[in-house]
Amino acid sequence: MLRFAAKRLLLALAVAFAVSVIAFLLLRASGDLAGTLAGEEASPEEIERIRTLYGLNRPLVVQYGEWLLRSLSGDLGRSLFYPDSVAALILDRLPNTAILASFGLVIALLLSIPLGMVAALRRNTWIDRAALGLAVLGQAMPSFWFALLLIFFFGLTLGWLPVSGTDSLANFVLPAVALGWFSTPVLMRLTRAGMVEVLAADYIRTAHAKGLPVRVVLVKHALRNAVAPVVALASVQFGNMLSGSVVIETVFALQGIGYLAWEAISRKDFPVVQGILLVVALFYVLLTLVSDLLNAWLDPRIREG
Amino acid sequence: MEPIPAATAIAEVTPVETPPAASLGRRRWSRWLSNPGLVIAALVLAAIALLAIFAPLIAPHDPYAQSLDARILPPAFVDAERADPAYLLGTDNLGRDYLSRLIYGARISLLIGFFTMLVSGTIGTTLGIAAGYFGGRTDTVVSFLITTRLSLPVVMVALAVVAVLGGSLEVVVLVLGLLLWDRFAVVMRSATMQVRGREYVTAARAIGCSVPRILWSEVLPNVVSGLVVIASYEMAQAILLEAALSFLGLGVQPPLPSWGLMVSEAKELMLFEPWMIMLPGMAICVLVLAINLLGDGIRDVTAPEGRS
Repeated sequence: MLRFAAKRLLLALAVAFAVSVIAFLLLRASGDLAGTLAGEEASPEEIERIRTLYGLNRPLVVQYGEWLLRSLSGDLGRSLFYPDSVAALILDRLPNTAILASFGLVIALLLSIPLGMVAALRRNTWIDRAALGLAVLGQAMPSFWFALLLIFFFGLTLGWLPVSGTDSLANFVLPAVALGWFSTPVLMRLTRAGMVEVLAADYIRTAHAKGLPVRVVLVKHALRNAVAPVVALASVQFGNMLSGSVVIETVFALQGIGYLAWEAISRKDFPVVQGILLVVALFYVLLTLVSDLLNAWLDPRIREG
Repeated sequence: MEPIPAATAIAEVTPVETPPAASLGRRRWSRWLSNPGLVIAALVLAAIALLAIFAPLIAPHDPYAQSLDARILPPAFVDAERADPAYLLGTDNLGRDYLSRLIYGARISLLIGFFTMLVSGTIGTTLGIAAGYFGGRTDTVVSFLITTRLSLPVVMVALAVVAVLGGSLEVVVLVLGLLLWDRFAVVMRSATMQVRGREYVTAARAIGCSVPRILWSEVLPNVVSGLVVIASYEMAQAILLEAALSFLGLGVQPPLPSWGLMVSEAKELMLFEPWMIMLPGMAICVLVLAINLLGDGIRDVTAPEGRS
């Protein structure tokens, strides 16, 4: 286990390093930083002065090293548009995205586990096919379009829920449904496959044979074993939601880091883009590391193979 | 060497009457045709492809021609009184024919989907086969590349790169192609690992074939069936992503009739003219559904257990 953990940790560190290089290069590729910082009406002398002042004329490797050290101490630079620092902006918006993604994950699990279970229990009936059809259809819908449909029906036509902003928890319902919907098909298929496999196992037959109520067999014996891979995948899906929330947050004007990223990209405020990219990617690295270690701890076959 | 199942061993030595080639071909066809999802998906996809290719002949109007006195006309089935029979599916807020724009939009989606899939497929397949065949250090490097790619948020990176380089078809294809190769690499890697130890690969190595030759004519043909399914899935994925990027204003630029852009241009009018977001959204949905079902169908037909 220790050997596996060490190897996995080393990979995570290498990936984190690669991600930081990509984020650093993205800002450099976005244009002449000194020119942007000096403003549009700056003279060439002023631009040169700023280039020297910020050390932008030094070799890239030196600049990267300095930037990395500063980023590690929590200083992600300043926004070109807002008066705040990038770190403050991200910290300000992060809770909204965290609420949205958690809410979305809960909705995805509440939809996918019962549906996947029923589909597995009633295999090859119309229920199974309907659930599968729903999953196929769900994967074919563009997320922004599905979000607009939710706004149209539940917001504008029925008037049940607010369609934009971040004022109350009700504002999070439609975005969370939109976000959770797109993780549902993959989680549902996995639940169904897991249940089908588990239901054929000997210990389920034994549990039935010793006269346990069906409900107990299904929930305590079958489901518990079938959802183990679902839980592992759910954590990865949570990471995907954090990064996939760009589209959903923008449609609903929800003040999270996804919306911040879109605003920053539209305004060419690349220090903010760089900061968000770094935070989201590192969070994903951490999440997959934890999920892999958890899986290996639960299932010895993974750490040996 | 794997043990040969008794039934196969007997079949190999007993001379059986081989069916004539024509009937074998027919049997294969019937297997393809007996899968309704596959047939419908193929027909729908062919129809969309024909519309896209012959768009100039089929589209009733110029998709870019504005007409200020024919703005926001609904289709007849939405509002027969306001509808103009000259515009079968109505007009947008600049008076451009919606049907013609939808037909030309199919070109953008199909072009981006196809070329993105070629770029990502080439990268992913090369990396995956190299990792699976050589193993060891190559495999470690490829696994590292896959993990790095997975930790990058696709939409955010694509938006940022398009913002820097500008939104043209080429840039969108290149960005998405460089981002969507991970699944190709993962699947090709494990498929190649299974094939690597087979007799025909060992035999090719033993008679002194070069490595590129082994990879090209022994390994690739035997992992290619899995490739078709991922290719269809990734093509659908690229089409959805292009629509999302264009919807967010950082994909294909106006006045090109990208379906995602059409939804974006119509969203302000959503409350009064919901058909304006419905039509392009449904177009994306139908195309993606057809591609996905085609992939699923091909997988079912080519899977060994499907050949009964």
